[in-house]
Amino acid sequence: MTYLAKAILLSATLGLGLAGCSSMSPNRFDNVTNLNGAGAGGAGTGTASDPASPAYFQQSVGDRVLFYVDQSTLNPEARLTLDQQARWLIANRDYQARIEGHADEQGTREYNLALGARRANAVKDYLVAQGVPDYRLSTISYGKERPIEICSEEACYAKNRRAVTVLQAGAGM
Amino acid sequence: MRHLALPILPALCVALAGLMAAPAPAVAQSGPLRIEITEGVIEPMPIAVPNFVPEGGEAGQLASQISRVVVDDLIGTGLFREIPPSAHIGSITSFASPVQYADWKAINADALITGAVSVQGGQVNVKFRLHDVFAGQEMGAGLQFTGTEAGWRRMAHKVADAVYSRITGEDPYFDSRAVFVAEDGPKDARRKRLAIMDYDGANAQFLTDSSSIVLAPRFSPTGDRVLYTSYETGRPQIYVLDVASVGRRVLDTGSGDMAFSPRFAPDGRTVIYSLTQGSNTDIYRMDLATGQSVRLTDAASIETAPSFSPDGSRIVFESDRSGTQQLYIMPATGGEAQRISFGEGRYGTPVWSPRGDLVAFTKQSKGRFHIGVMRTDGSGERLLTASFLDEGPSWSPNGRVIMFARETQGEQGASSLYTVDITGRNLKRVDTPSGASDPAWGPLQ
Repeated sequence: MTYLAKAILLSATLGLGLAGCSSMSPNRFDNVTNLNGAGAGGAGTGTASDPASPAYFQQSVGDRVLFYVDQSTLNPEARLTLDQQARWLIANRDYQARIEGHADEQGTREYNLALGARRANAVKDYLVAQGVPDYRLSTISYGKERPIEICSEEACYAKNRRAVTVLQAGAGM
Repeated sequence: MRHLALPILPALCVALAGLMAAPAPAVAQSGPLRIEITEGVIEPMPIAVPNFVPEGGEAGQLASQISRVVVDDLIGTGLFREIPPSAHIGSITSFASPVQYADWKAINADALITGAVSVQGGQVNVKFRLHDVFAGQEMGAGLQFTGTEAGWRRMAHKVADAVYSRITGEDPYFDSRAVFVAEDGPKDARRKRLAIMDYDGANAQFLTDSSSIVLAPRFSPTGDRVLYTSYETGRPQIYVLDVASVGRRVLDTGSGDMAFSPRFAPDGRTVIYSLTQGSNTDIYRMDLATGQSVRLTDAASIETAPSFSPDGSRIVFESDRSGTQQLYIMPATGGEAQRISFGEGRYGTPVWSPRGDLVAFTKQSKGRFHIGVMRTDGSGERLLTASFLDEGPSWSPNGRVIMFARETQGEQGASSLYTVDITGRNLKRVDTPSGASDPAWGPLQ
């Protein structure tokens, strides 16, 4: 089976996987079902109690880091999360990861696309520096097209300025 | 490649014919009936547009619809004011009969437009005359347009274009279309489809479905093709769409992670766009015939939103090489860029005006968004709008009006299209069937 076919099959199970997990850590993941493309298409099997499961990665490791306004530098909190992401990815070699960069709505569309790419690549570069093989990581920017929070206040903007590491099965290369 | 089964406007043939044998007059007339569009406040010119005379039983409804669109076009500019038919003393019952100018002087109409509409075998014929009421004479020759019944709005726009041009001395813009992104759904699940409409929002049709995110369509100089960005392959890529067939193909931009922000050169054969590789975004130029791309900028910063000067010799773009988004101009072949924006705030999405003298832009300053214009040397900056989020200006074909997108604030926030005169007057919402963003105004048809 090709990698692409695997990814499609896995993505079909995503809804179930997320729904099963969402009650376990509501404060952090009550937006997961609203991802709508941002974060969708990833692997979503297993339960959060299994440290080798994508659910564990999402909930216990933390699948996203946040950024300051118009910045792509990784703050100390983001680096802590990414250190754990790197450890998990090194330990679980069956997974690839796609890093999705996002911006809040305060900005022009084109610039925000480019800014999302910067953010995704800042995460990718950090993970590679921590020892995750480059070929297992890809990036994509959604600019301001896929907010998860919809209020027009800093509380929402802060959550939308994010890079999400989305697991995909099939790294066996 | 997938083709969408969408209704396409039938090809509309608008024949243009003078009603008189006299030599064609100069479009811009000197004399009393004249609006000089200046930066100052203008008292709208009072005009009377009695219902066009239906010639033949079938034409009644069409005659009245066409008259209304002519009026809507003209008063929509803010330069004209209609004297409503209920205030008319005189009436026009025959297109051929002499006009009783005293009847129109008495209601203080400066200009009078008379017209007639006939329908024969699915073909519509529209005739009109423009009268200078106080001079008591016609202004320019009468004209007639012929087209299909489905294209009746275009004929109305043609009439209004001729009137606008004769009175203002400006090039017209009513018989034009715009492409845009039709939007529906909440902010966190918004569906986007490429769409095309008449400049006034009429005849809107979808060009793509909503299965992929689509962004920022741009018309070719002749309006036959549209460039846009789509996530159809999973990542942003540039597509060129043939408007008539709705067939489309992806542009092969090589090894980058994403390609976006495309725009045609004035010759229609070259495309400039942004390509992102890793964290770096630069501007490239592609020859559409050969598919060969050349890199125009080479900086570690974000270079995007390029737009050609009308003569094709220069490119205005945005870059954050200084630390914030600012506007720059470089030669069309690349090379050293000159910064032109120096005000407070961030400047993006520059678009060179069709006249070549101005650059329109989006400005962010103190938490507000503005559409503004400046001269190409950066002087004379004027902000035309202010709101929570105004973005993405696009010029009318004559360079007098700017269309842009305005997104409202908050959880129910939605995007609509607006137009504003470059004087900053006459801000108006464009009546689109759904939410709308990323407008690109096309050429005169």
